[in-house]
Amino acid sequence: MEEKVSVTHGRHKGAYEKLKQIAVVSGKGGTGKTTITASFAVLAHDTVIADCDVDAPDLHMLLHPQTMKTQEFKGSKLAVIDRTKCTECGLCQNSCRFDAISESVEIDPFSCEGCGVCVIVCPEEAISLKERISGYAFISKTKYGSMSHARLNPGESNSGKLVTLVRHNARQIAEEENRDLILIDGPPGIGCPVIASVTGVDAGLVVTEPTMSGIHDLNRALQLLKHFNILPLVCINQYDINKENTEILVKFCEKNKLEVAGKIPFDPTVTEAMVAGKTVVEHSPENIVSQEIEATWKIVLSALNRK
Amino acid sequence: MIVSIASGKGGTGKTTVAVNLALSLGDVQLLDCDVEEPNVHLLLHPKIIEEKSVYVSTPQVNEELCDHCGKCSEFCEFNALFGTPEKVLFFPELCHSCGGCMFVCPKDAITEKNVEIGAVKRGVAESVELVYGELNVGEPMSVPVIKDVKKQIKSSKTVIIDSPPGASCPVIESVYGSDYCLLVSEPTPFGLHDLKIMVQVLEELNIPFGVIINRAGIGDKKIYYYCEEKGIPILLEIPFQRKIAVLYSSGIPFVVEMPEWKRKFQLLMDDIKERMKN
Repeated sequence: MEEKVSVTHGRHKGAYEKLKQIAVVSGKGGTGKTTITASFAVLAHDTVIADCDVDAPDLHMLLHPQTMKTQEFKGSKLAVIDRTKCTECGLCQNSCRFDAISESVEIDPFSCEGCGVCVIVCPEEAISLKERISGYAFISKTKYGSMSHARLNPGESNSGKLVTLVRHNARQIAEEENRDLILIDGPPGIGCPVIASVTGVDAGLVVTEPTMSGIHDLNRALQLLKHFNILPLVCINQYDINKENTEILVKFCEKNKLEVAGKIPFDPTVTEAMVAGKTVVEHSPENIVSQEIEATWKIVLSALNRK
Repeated sequence: MIVSIASGKGGTGKTTVAVNLALSLGDVQLLDCDVEEPNVHLLLHPKIIEEKSVYVSTPQVNEELCDHCGKCSEFCEFNALFGTPEKVLFFPELCHSCGGCMFVCPKDAITEKNVEIGAVKRGVAESVELVYGELNVGEPMSVPVIKDVKKQIKSSKTVIIDSPPGASCPVIESVYGSDYCLLVSEPTPFGLHDLKIMVQVLEELNIPFGVIINRAGIGDKKIYYYCEEKGIPILLEIPFQRKIAVLYSSGIPFVVEMPEWKRKFQLLMDDIKERMKN
């Protein structure tokens, strides 16, 4: 039986034979990833949403998830010294490569990576590793579909591992609910949490801005996608802040045969929608920003369809 | 004195504050610890005088000596080594370079080799000495690059550190050991939410801090209420002005075109020093 394909969005339930995943990334922070992802979630209908910015997650403020399930995340361990056994010989301090043990043989929890070298060098068997709860993963419901998200405890390490858990949960939900698309809001940068967010996705939409930093960081984000063999797409946000730089970005994309999926203008409505706790496409559907985001989404979908 | 600049949320203006503060004070060392996406050099255009590679040590297994006892993979907390009966598989992206596998190997079959993961560059622009790191694309671990950037600190100078966004290990590594931290935020729900996360981090690290509100005038007033309630000083407000945004987009620090702001940044530093005394 053929379902009616929505003309606006070009996909319907079961449109893809296999699960597709798209990640919204940026390199530089604050270019508008979350604003755009939240609107995509509304336009996509019944997608699974994954917020992979676990250090500073913001998507929930626009999508208002209702948490159904909370999981403890034990991402790392911490060395603990039994003072009654310790003779302060200093072997552990000398062996620690993370400078996590002080002269007075105190463990600095911020520097300790939980590797266990101190445990094996200690002649008194005074040191052990304890698991620490580094954050929480959540499975939630939103008006727009199920959402997998998490919160890393402030200052914790191993955000990449938590991102991997968020993505694992998202895939599981997609399977259970028979969804064919996972929409990922990625963290900024190009390091371990970003790599964990993009490995195995079908396409990466890099959101950039027409600033010198935006151009520089776009380049590095694109290199990362290329490194992992992921289809790159580009979205220039606030393109009218500096039209000359936008021109440079467009030419750069042409030269490198990259598809510019969208050019979104600067508009105070975006901040107004955020203050109202709403996605911009719901807050001001007639606004130019909403229309451009919708146009971008169509291009992203057709790129996914071609893959 | 070391002043670090952090934010939680990306794109709130950390680099803008770091660069304009450095140019206003003069004779300072500026460290760009956002090694995943370093941007300070795009605004300062330094003359590079030194470049050093950053290496991490990773294990190398001599299969002739290895008897596949499995102790190394059993030890590795990061699952970077996986022992099979025929071969030890190594996953470099998971390795933290702790050296533990070498310790536990009873056959001395493991040695270490240096792998380049990035670079540290040192340069000068006017009276500012800039040190910045660059993580190679595809490398997951930014912390060793940040550590190497911070090794360049000259404690006799005023040191300004620009941190990466977020609130996990690379941020901790960047702000660790600083005397004061400036949290740059914007008056929006996202800005406030992520500011609160960084406040928790700094309270745990016991680093005194104050807030700079960038793009003042947009969004709402909740960030002001929050700071007042928590007794967090708001040290500076940078208004939302198209001119400032356009200058940033062209790679020009705004104090260059708007020199009246130099005084404000100098007073900001005086204010911080005064607060440090108390």
